Amino acid sequence: MRFVIQLSAIKRISLVVVMLASTKLGVAQTASLKASIEKGKTVYVQRCMVCHQQDGGGVPHLNPPLDGASTVKGKDKSRLITILLKGMSDRVEIDGEYYSNNMASNADLTDQQIADVLNYIRNNWSNKVPTPVTPAEVKSVRAKTK
Amino acid sequence: MVRISVLLLAGCLMACSSEANDTLQKPTTKAILPDEDNAGLRLPSGFSAWVVADKVGRARHIAVNSQGDVYVKLSGKVGDKGILVLRDLNKDGRAEDITGFGNYGGTGIAIHNGYLYASSDEEVFRYRLDAKGAVENPYQPEKIITGLINRRQHESKSITLDKKGNIYVNIGAYSNSCQIKDRQPGSMGMQPCPILDSAGGIWQFKSDVQNQTYGNGTRFATGLRNVVGLDWNNQTNSLYVTQHGRDQLNSLFPKLYDTNTNANLPAETMYEMKQGDNAGWPYVYYDPFQNKKMLAPEYGGDGKTEGGAEYKNPAMAFPAHMAPNALLFYTGNMFPARYKNGAFIAFHGSWNRAPLPQEGYYVAFVPFENGKPTGKWEIFANGFAGVDVITSTRAAQHRPCGLAEGPDGSLYVSDDNKGTIYRIIYNGK
Repeated sequence: MRFVIQLSAIKRISLVVVMLASTKLGVAQTASLKASIEKGKTVYVQRCMVCHQQDGGGVPHLNPPLDGASTVKGKDKSRLITILLKGMSDRVEIDGEYYSNNMASNADLTDQQIADVLNYIRNNWSNKVPTPVTPAEVKSVRAKTK
Repeated sequence: MVRISVLLLAGCLMACSSEANDTLQKPTTKAILPDEDNAGLRLPSGFSAWVVADKVGRARHIAVNSQGDVYVKLSGKVGDKGILVLRDLNKDGRAEDITGFGNYGGTGIAIHNGYLYASSDEEVFRYRLDAKGAVENPYQPEKIITGLINRRQHESKSITLDKKGNIYVNIGAYSNSCQIKDRQPGSMGMQPCPILDSAGGIWQFKSDVQNQTYGNGTRFATGLRNVVGLDWNNQTNSLYVTQHGRDQLNSLFPKLYDTNTNANLPAETMYEMKQGDNAGWPYVYYDPFQNKKMLAPEYGGDGKTEGGAEYKNPAMAFPAHMAPNALLFYTGNMFPARYKNGAFIAFHGSWNRAPLPQEGYYVAFVPFENGKPTGKWEIFANGFAGVDVITSTRAAQHRPCGLAEGPDGSLYVSDDNKGTIYRIIYNGK
């Protein structure tokens, strides 16, 4: 009986420790993602907004929407990074639609800027993707796409 | 569907007495009553509007036959139908019977000399019409033109016909400004622009010969980036076109142009194009503030240097980026006399003005006198977008795309966003 109480106490303490640690980690991640999103907005306004629009809604049949787009919200971050680095000029179906306009390459942006703007579009409008895109991931994809 | 109000009914009994008589003679026939809110449109005094059909698909260009049946060309097929036929069986002005055929998407459609012509993004077909304007063999069209270039951008093929047996087809340039790398900041223009050999102009073909392609046709006019609206003017016996001007001056050349400049340049333009004319794309763009053809930055321009004087001047210039998607010379007798032989233009609406509000999304009217535009233009039908300030393209509910004149002189407008077909009549005094 005594032994059991002790065990449960230890369990409870360790659970609290784990919870504290994870909360702390979560806060730290959110803060850095938040900063990245903020910086990404500047890049978005300069580079992306004219075609993809202020509300991320795109232009029907010309420029695809980013808001709600499966590629933007998806797990395959390298595909998104590749589109930014190489641009898009293929006739491909995007969430059931085709789009006419060509997208320029943005390879002149830094790894940090590309990560920032992707974090912005993945966490703006209705998009909420907590997993951040990191400059290291951009660097790795850039090395492969050259 | 028909909303009856005493006032409207009284107005209609006076203005549309023939319909009222029909009602007495044929019990199944109803009187035409416009929507109380004019289908959400703002119109000049004396005009009324209503919705003929709604949610029909991406309605691009339209044509109306002698019976008042509306043929709609869809850019994306609904099922296996790329052309819809809207019929108003009980004559209440609304289509109850919607059928279709034509297993291809596209934009162009026209009725001429007993045939319906329609285009995909690569080909033009025609269908013989019977005495009542119905297509005789919907699944066996004649293929008039084939093999036209479609490289994704500016791919739609608009059509119009003259009285001498020719059909005119727009082949849009598959590029914004003929840069070595399309839409890449700083990329310079190809010299000469190779696109102009097979696109970036209007091609003329015979309207009754099958399987024609580039070798059988003539490049009638060139230097036109993308023409979606075009119409043969029977008064001047000449071709008029509306061009979509180039995009992205500031994002491609940020040292030469700022956001505001880009929002207002270049003009959207209307030209009267004679055989051999060249409007100058991609080498020049039209600045409506200086009334000059400016050298494009891809070809060494800086916003101050004029381009080649040999290029055609526009007959009219309109604000930038508004996307004139349809042009129609009004020949009916229903509208007041000042509208006769003038031009209606459906402005699809802009996207390239961000972060400034978007413009267009209305039908404009350009008065003509003695076969020339007077130099003025006005908004004729507005309110398609359904919002006062259009902050982004997605915010607009409806986008005018096609225009057609009915046998009674009604003006039909199509919307390719929500698939609404509007009919506008004059019933003022």
